[in-house]
Amino acid sequence: MELWFTERHTPNVNFSIKVDRQLYSAVSEFQRIDVFDSKEFGRFLTLDGYMMLTEKDEFIYHEMITHVPMAVHPAPENILVIGAGDGGVVRELTRYPTVKSIDLVEIDELVIEVCKKYLPTTACRLDDERVHIFYEDGVKFIRSCENKYDVIIVDSTDPFGPGEGLFTKEFYGSCFKALREDGIMVNQHESPFYDEDAAAMQRSHKRIVESFPISRVYQAHIPTYPSGHWLFGFASKKYHPVRDLNSTKWNLLGLKTRYYNTKLHAGAFALPNYVEELLRDVE
Amino acid sequence: MEQLSQVNAPIYEALRRFRRMRVVPFDVPGHKRGRGNMELTEFLGEDCMNVDVNSMKPLDNLCHPVSVIKDAEMLAAEAFGAANAFFMVGGTTSAVQSMIMYACKSGDKIIMPRNVHRSAINALILTGAVPVYVNPDVNKQLGIALGMSPEQVEQAIRENPDAKAIMVNNPTYYGICSDLKKITQLAHEHGMLVLVDEAHGTHFYFGDNFPVTAMAAGADCASVSMHKSGGSLTQSSFLLMGKNVNADYMRQVINLTQTTSASYLLLSSLDISRKRLALSGKEIFAKTVEMAEYARAEINSIGGYYAYSSELINGGSIFDFDRSKLSVFTLPIGLAGIEVYDLLRDEYDIQIEFGDIGNILAYISVGDRKRDIERLISAMAEIKRRFARDGADMLSHEYISPIVALPPRKAFYADKVSLPLEESAGKVCTEFVMCYPPGIPILAPGELITDEIIQYIRYAKEKGCQMTGTEDINIERLNVLK
Repeated sequence: MELWFTERHTPNVNFSIKVDRQLYSAVSEFQRIDVFDSKEFGRFLTLDGYMMLTEKDEFIYHEMITHVPMAVHPAPENILVIGAGDGGVVRELTRYPTVKSIDLVEIDELVIEVCKKYLPTTACRLDDERVHIFYEDGVKFIRSCENKYDVIIVDSTDPFGPGEGLFTKEFYGSCFKALREDGIMVNQHESPFYDEDAAAMQRSHKRIVESFPISRVYQAHIPTYPSGHWLFGFASKKYHPVRDLNSTKWNLLGLKTRYYNTKLHAGAFALPNYVEELLRDVE
Repeated sequence: MEQLSQVNAPIYEALRRFRRMRVVPFDVPGHKRGRGNMELTEFLGEDCMNVDVNSMKPLDNLCHPVSVIKDAEMLAAEAFGAANAFFMVGGTTSAVQSMIMYACKSGDKIIMPRNVHRSAINALILTGAVPVYVNPDVNKQLGIALGMSPEQVEQAIRENPDAKAIMVNNPTYYGICSDLKKITQLAHEHGMLVLVDEAHGTHFYFGDNFPVTAMAAGADCASVSMHKSGGSLTQSSFLLMGKNVNADYMRQVINLTQTTSASYLLLSSLDISRKRLALSGKEIFAKTVEMAEYARAEINSIGGYYAYSSELINGGSIFDFDRSKLSVFTLPIGLAGIEVYDLLRDEYDIQIEFGDIGNILAYISVGDRKRDIERLISAMAEIKRRFARDGADMLSHEYISPIVALPPRKAFYADKVSLPLEESAGKVCTEFVMCYPPGIPILAPGELITDEIIQYIRYAKEKGCQMTGTEDINIERLNVLK
């Protein structure tokens, strides 16, 4: 018997992982949630059939979306995480002793419940006393926040489905308002490679550029996401993502990471020409 | 034949039977189930092209219904509590015109509020009926025209005992209702027909706790835009009739202007939508109201905006309010409604129903998702944060009482001359000027052009309202009486 999970990356490209067994499947109010075991990638979580994370490569995504803003901001104390019900971002954030409060806003309570049960690799720190979980629409939650957070991390699903609102201008504008005067917002920024993903990436970049004075994009290699070439957005009111990086200070924290380091931090903002062009087109 | 009930949709069922028969078409439409126009078929879908068919015995004929359309109309009448109902494929415009043409011949008087949709005044041009306008009260704060109070109607009846009918606009675009029962009672006491433009009131017939419907109030005719809150395809509507209306004569009136090739896409959409509302309208509209109430509370908590509701009710010109409507007063943030309307689309990719001088209307329906409502609310909060300004110099009224010099038909067909807008003051206009939407004329044929009206037109244009109605496509010139 062979059982394969297949995600359609484009109408002409499929991505498949051989499944050892399916551990969980349910449909919540918002989406279908599945958890599988595989030989190659370990346990993995999908929402509406889209790959969210695998045990084998989640560290790349979670380290890059978390440590980049945390290494730039001089004193990040109050953090807001939107989406991210798998707990991966929270796991990385709780490693910073200076962080005082982490508000986690996840629309789907069942995702957190399932991750706590089946994905302890990422969901291991959701019980940290600094973490406050809100089961709410991120667009709604942030609307009433003002001058409150140092860092906002938007760990959304794709812009088609429940995560759609997290790619809109009204949301980015609300994030701007919710940040303190030197705040930073980092977001999952889609891929530049396949046409449809690239168009979504450009659309969201345009909206961020219009909402923040500083807006840069950085990249990482994530094998299980479409094309493997993935981008993150760095939007900021004051700090430049590379010039204001304090490498010495971050390195003194002594955090052990598998992907992120401060040299790679600077390098991640150097983008291929075709990506630069896509971004310039909408700036 | 088996007994039909609201679970049936006779036209839809006939089309499904017909599709299974795989009849070879040597009739119109010439696209022959889409095969003759593949680009269109790819765009609209094969299923859609397959039922774009001509009238024929198994599918009945809208001009003279004897089988499935007749059955479907009977079910619709039952669902709406009407004596008879007709499927309309020329929009609610055609329904409004038909009921006026039924009630009035040339020279007959009809009492109506001036803030009617252009379709009603168009009907006056077609028939030559003479309007007796009741000028609606205006809410001073919001600037919007309200309903007709029974006292106003009573006065109009007293002054025009020879009028043939009274037309009521219920609810208005903004959701405001008149005292329909009282008005109907007054009209009937004086032998006048009651015609209701109920374009925005489909849901009243199916949901709980909505204002009274035209049919329940005893009105004689009602035009209902099924395609608005009822979920059918654009351009499809119902004309409802009470027991004292001669439906067979009404059909003849309708056939004066109605197409002889009614679209089965529109007809089946009416049929299926009626079935859906009859079976689950209560839940559908409970959800709609819940979403509207939620959005209203959230928008009011942003500050500045005023999303109004049933607190406006005053027993007279605002007898009741449609709580499924999301109408918002925008002037306190220093932006005209039309400016908020444009910002929502241009900055936030959100298209709402309309914006006028001081208000916006977002159309809420069962098709909405909670997360889209959240986007709308957030976008409005962002517009306030980014664009709010001091609005001291803003115009605040949507409605100017007209001075009527001639009946619409006389003015429309009179000898006329075209003048630049600013030279037209003091002349009698022979055409329409309106913002669309909402399509309520600022000027109708036969009305005096005043400086106030010219200023209003200039202001609305400057703010970005889409103006329509004049022969001059740029609205720089107006046709006036020679």
